[in-house]
Amino acid sequence: MPATGLPIAADRLPGAAPAFLAAVEPARLREACEQARARGARLVALWGSDETVRGAGFALHVALASSEGLLWLAVPLAREHPRYPGIADLFPAANRKQRAAYDLVGIHADENPDHRKWLRHGAWPGGTFPLRKDFDPARRFPLAEDRYPFVRVEGEGVHEIPVGPVHAGTIEPGHFRFSIVGEKILRLEERLGYKHKGIEKRFESMTLDEGARLAGRVSGDSTVAFAWAYAMAVESACDAAPPPRAAALRGCLLELERIANHLGDLGYLGNDVALAFGFFQFWRLKEDLLRVNARAFGHRYLMDTVVPGGVARDLSTGAAAEILTALDRIEPEVRRLRAIYDEHAGVQDRFMTTGEVTPALAAKLGLTGLAGRASGLRRDLRVDHPVAPYDTLGVRLAAADAGDVAARAAVRFEELFESARLLRLLLRGLPDGPTRVPLAPPAAGRRGIGWVEGWRGEVLIALDTAAEGRIHRLHPHDPSWQNWPLLERAVLGNIVPDFPLINKSFNLSYAGQDL
Amino acid sequence: MSQAPAIAFQAVQSVLVVLAAPLVLGWVNQCRAWLQNRSAPSILLPYYTLAKLFHKDAVIAEHASPLFRLTPYILFGCMWLAAGVVPVLATSLPFAPAADIIALVAVFALARVFASLAAMDIGTSFGGLGARREMLIGFLAEPAMLMTLFTAAFISGSTSFTTIVATLAHRELAIYPSLAFAAVAFLMVLLAENARIPVDNPTTHLELTMVHEAMILEYSARHLALVEWAAAIKLFAYMTIGFALFAPWGIAEAGDWAALPLALAALAVKLALAGAGLALIETVSAKFRIFRAPEFLSTAFLLAVLGMLIHFLLQG
Repeated sequence: MPATGLPIAADRLPGAAPAFLAAVEPARLREACEQARARGARLVALWGSDETVRGAGFALHVALASSEGLLWLAVPLAREHPRYPGIADLFPAANRKQRAAYDLVGIHADENPDHRKWLRHGAWPGGTFPLRKDFDPARRFPLAEDRYPFVRVEGEGVHEIPVGPVHAGTIEPGHFRFSIVGEKILRLEERLGYKHKGIEKRFESMTLDEGARLAGRVSGDSTVAFAWAYAMAVESACDAAPPPRAAALRGCLLELERIANHLGDLGYLGNDVALAFGFFQFWRLKEDLLRVNARAFGHRYLMDTVVPGGVARDLSTGAAAEILTALDRIEPEVRRLRAIYDEHAGVQDRFMTTGEVTPALAAKLGLTGLAGRASGLRRDLRVDHPVAPYDTLGVRLAAADAGDVAARAAVRFEELFESARLLRLLLRGLPDGPTRVPLAPPAAGRRGIGWVEGWRGEVLIALDTAAEGRIHRLHPHDPSWQNWPLLERAVLGNIVPDFPLINKSFNLSYAGQDL
Repeated sequence: MSQAPAIAFQAVQSVLVVLAAPLVLGWVNQCRAWLQNRSAPSILLPYYTLAKLFHKDAVIAEHASPLFRLTPYILFGCMWLAAGVVPVLATSLPFAPAADIIALVAVFALARVFASLAAMDIGTSFGGLGARREMLIGFLAEPAMLMTLFTAAFISGSTSFTTIVATLAHRELAIYPSLAFAAVAFLMVLLAENARIPVDNPTTHLELTMVHEAMILEYSARHLALVEWAAAIKLFAYMTIGFALFAPWGIAEAGDWAALPLALAALAVKLALAGAGLALIETVSAKFRIFRAPEFLSTAFLLAVLGMLIHFLLQG
């Protein structure tokens, strides 16, 4: 079924997410991307795959989001010297992904001025590509010295501060290289990839059933979003749909995850301006919710609840009532705390105009998710391409235009209240019926897309099946890929001590990006 | 009067300050925890921390000079000296003539210089960052502190602590508007000098936002213990300077043993109130941007100068 609004002819993939697949020759890739961009499409993900076991060469995959849905461009590449024309000039967010695709699969982007490694540190040598099918995952290399040419800033009084990857607090590892003059940040360069675990390689040794657990662990704070996207991708490949009760429960789980994360982040924002009061209040509420999660679904962070075909655990009437009671308890407190944050001169002084990302810059560089909505990009998959159960809920989009820390805090508050409203609707109208349907293993070479608006932004899982219900290639995409480069821009002109606050207002995933 | 009782008094005070300083810190932390709806750690926690640090092996950077090793002892010594000069329990202490209020500010400045030099000695970026910020705050806080002390000095006509306290404590109860201004200014300086919220955050783990903590990141074990202990004594000394200037009631005369229980009780009450007040300020405030520090401290300076002007206007 070809779609009309897309730049090129593409076939609709089965499944909940509106996804279209098109094969594009490398020579026509840039043309297709240019046309898509002219129609307002943005880059979601870019990855490579090894198709040599299927008698072909390699392949590049580009996922673009348009008003029609997700457009998956599959670009076949030669077996010897796989190259393709780079698209980082069209979509700046492609830069790091192209470099990661080279590090992992060895496909080379031409005309990309930045050819530095990205995910490869010292764990495997250059010229060895772990995601190629002939690479033995058990193979180990001596740890090599990691040299990475940071861009140097020179001038009177300019100096560098290297921060991380080991930090004083309990946070994920990442290296930040500041070039500063006095307290003012002239340039920030990130170096990520310290948490590269080879998740994509691991998927390829798994069956579709086993993969669900791993998908829920790509980025632990978004476990529901990833598990749902994985389930959606598998269901798409199997051409099946979850039962209505399972869809409604998935909605509940995702909104519970969103509320818990927003509560945690709002607490952290208070902590970073030394308002420990806010930190402890929000974390008390988060803890309250996590305990309700544990009683209702058996896991505080809701891991392994969403599975292909439905959900692993049903929700009892009593537990549903308990969640509703918890919402009635938590929401009024959050409203009071919001009034405290909003009326606290010291907090507002730190939040306002700090870490600004203008809507124009956000649109140009492809900011996504919550941070995007705080910079005027009114996009939310629950609104734009709602799948069950969101198609009947009328999700209200929360957005702001200022693009500063205050705006990102405000969007969190609004989304939290909206999630509470959605949860009430879902829990009061839970349909009866089964919570899981059995899925027949799909044939080899079936494609599936899972596309879910997690609390941080859009999570994408692109699946290509192998025979016997196994995985040929699976790419999990975290919205942090798009947003990390924007953090480098958001801090420019700010002072060094404001960086932790700006960083926390984005709260991006290291694990989800490092894979 | 023989000097012996006075010397005994001095000894009592000096030992008391060193031993009680971590307790005050523990009390402040406890109050903070309560105000934040947390169950509080033991009031003795700072002692356990110090004991733990003294039992550890010190790790020192390869490039550290002797200055780096020496600084913790200098800091501790400076703070101890300062606390010995301030009339905590009694006036007319034998140490008191060693330093008047101007010299006292100089003792604090000396400690700051060494702390900053030690921070830069290692050559890490955080040390330099912290030292730079500390100097920014320090050079603004010192004049404000001096002006505050001068206001009190003008009332008593002397820069000696003993005279100031004797004048203020033994006069009939009178309201000095000038002292009210000076008290607010002093409170602001106390917050800045002791790395408290809203100027600095003593509990943060965010390296990039630190001021005082950034300077001591490279210290460990006994060195860190001394630095932390010195910081506790500094807070104690500042609080007692505040009491001496603005609430000197109950203080004893050196050698007057009968007045000692009352002086001790008064000190305990005053410290408890001041600690709770500090915790309250720290709970309701957010930390401001580092570049607000000049505004904050110039406000303190302005208030102190206003206090002085009011003194002259009213004394005419």
